Amino acid sequence: MSPKTLYDKIWDAHLVHEDEDGTSLLYIDRHLVHEVTSPQAFEGLRMAGRKVHAPDKTIAVPDHNVPTTPDRVEGIKNEESRIQLEALDKNATEFGLNYYPVTDIRQGIVHIVGPEQGWTLPGMTVVCGDSHTATHGAFGALAHGIGTSEVEHVLATQTLIQSKSKNMKVEITGKLQPGVTAKDITLAVIGVTGTAGGTGHVIEYTGEAIRSLSMEGRMTVCNMAIEGGARAGLIAPDETTFEYIKGRPHAPKGAQWEQALAWWKTLFSDDDAHWDKVITLKAEDIAPCVTWGTSPEDVLPITGSVPAPESFSGGKVEAAKRALDYMGLEAGTPLSEIEIDTVFIGSCTNGRIEDLRAAAEILKGRKVKDGIRAMVVPGSGLVRAQAEEEGLSEIFEQAGFEWRLAGCSMCLAMNPDQLAPGERCAATSNRNFEGRQGRGGRTHLMSPQMAAAAAVTGRLTDVRDLMAPVAEPA
Amino acid sequence: MEKFEKLTGVAAPLPVINVDTDMIIPKQFLKTIKREGLGVNLFDEMRYDDNGNEVPDFVLNKPQYRNAEILVAGDNFGCGSSREHAPWAIKDFGIRCIIAPSYADIFYNNCFKNGILPIIMPQEEVDALMKDAEKGSNARITVDLETQTVTSSDGEVFKFEMDPFRKHCLLEGLDDIGLTMNRSDEIASFESRAATERPWV
Ligand code: SF4
Repeated sequence: MSPKTLYDKIWDAHLVHEDEDGTSLLYIDRHLVHEVTSPQAFEGLRMAGRKVHAPDKTIAVPDHNVPTTPDRVEGIKNEESRIQLEALDKNATEFGLNYYPVTDIRQGIVHIVGPEQGWTLPGMTVVCGDSHTATHGAFGALAHGIGTSEVEHVLATQTLIQSKSKNMKVEITGKLQPGVTAKDITLAVIGVTGTAGGTGHVIEYTGEAIRSLSMEGRMTVCNMAIEGGARAGLIAPDETTFEYIKGRPHAPKGAQWEQALAWWKTLFSDDDAHWDKVITLKAEDIAPCVTWGTSPEDVLPITGSVPAPESFSGGKVEAAKRALDYMGLEAGTPLSEIEIDTVFIGSCTNGRIEDLRAAAEILKGRKVKDGIRAMVVPGSGLVRAQAEEEGLSEIFEQAGFEWRLAGCSMCLAMNPDQLAPGERCAATSNRNFEGRQGRGGRTHLMSPQMAAAAAVTGRLTDVRDLMAPVAEPA
Repeated sequence: MEKFEKLTGVAAPLPVINVDTDMIIPKQFLKTIKREGLGVNLFDEMRYDDNGNEVPDFVLNKPQYRNAEILVAGDNFGCGSSREHAPWAIKDFGIRCIIAPSYADIFYNNCFKNGILPIIMPQEEVDALMKDAEKGSNARITVDLETQTVTSSDGEVFKFEMDPFRKHCLLEGLDDIGLTMNRSDEIASFESRAATERPWV
């Protein structure tokens, strides 16, 4: 048998049909659904008199639109948001889907809920009407975002029409330095490849630094595969993966666990498998990163300065000019001198328990700088509960952070959590596009600990400066 | 789905790279549960100022491009989110064809589901068509899917590549779901095989 990549193996295991020209019908094991990209799909289904083919493989949770303030239990004020949530409620109930409504403690960001509940397992195909579905690739599942027409297609048939992507390997050798995280790995990779570098590819992340990451960290890395243009990101499952999955509500049990494990252990890229593209980075060379512009590829180590547009070439010169103008930044300014007024910790990139622990570690005994609005939005109700149990919420609140309910929140600002024009935010989310966090809002992407450090100093800050053993409050 | 065969129309030039889906249709317009009506908010933040007035310099606000049916754009068009609201807004505005050097994956896919033709061309050819588009409403470009050609206003013909399956679906206006449902036997036999091989799924 010819050597295969992990992607090849998962692909082959899900092939229902293949045309001569390579157009394929792939079976979908898990379909995640949220309120924003699904209403039109369900409407289409009804209009055509079709049913949901596999409701037991379909998981619905509202996240994008939900307010994250405690008063949300009293009902959602924004009428359009409320209508979308009601539509999801109706669709999930009528079609008999696995459903976690706003009132359920397990509710949260769909990409956090899936793994948490054991819906996401190695070797699966996972899709969702959301580009950050790539997150689930951390389990060695082929996971990617789809549009609403495809949502309808999966609902109706539990399959997706696909053509095969190319294979790309991103290897991170060696060990991460203190203060450097999974977020910095994924930002650094995009800094190298650009936002289109992965287009047409599925990325597999390998190497010592990746293997040393927890599942939370691996999810952060795969989450942003899409920001590098890739269709999906993958990490081969190993003991860390199995350990995380074992005992989760929808993970296999007993004899099925053993059967599953035996197959999962075959899910790796063969030694001599063919790669269309290979990128290697040394973990030791990665520093804590921040973005300066309006594309995730506009990323630099925090020790750097705002670049001059002329230092780029091609269309990027104009794009960088436009970005600096939008961001209100001057070329040459050291990144660590950029003052911020808002801090957002959360999102499917960095809203998991480990992220909150890391941020709290920096905030312990410290205060958010005067005048800065800072909020933590846990990725799910269960993350929130655990953080409260571990005393993290107390650390956040004592430091001056708002402690919110679970949802997407200021990652995309569809709910009331938004930046005002000109406001500048240190954010742990994944997109710094123009207007992403509110019209005219300016976003700098970074890790949770870097965001915590920025909250303390009021400017973009090298977290390593706060990591010295002098933790006395100023 | 609406067919796409041949189109002759005004092309709007948008020489910007990495045009993301937040630019195409900002999230406040994703709260709809319909597919229609998004055209007025296409490129909302570039097209209107903070008070909701039109920005006269923005290409689609210029008189000669108000009825544009083709968009010529920069590299990596449609990057960002999976929102199909982006192609819905483009289509609702009246644009049926985009010409760019490259697209983000999901956006590219989404176009075909909505009868929009996204054409990929080398940078130099896009540059040439961008120049042509800049001539305004007298310069009408012709796109022919059958022959896979774009003809500029002065008669220059450019060929483009296209996946045969997608071309076929677009030319015929085929509904993917209907096509797949014709394979329900194959899906059923896959499912029974999977039920023994991977019963935990
Ligand atoms: S947290 Fe942000 S990126 Fe993640 S699913 Fe929600 S909106 Fe999308």
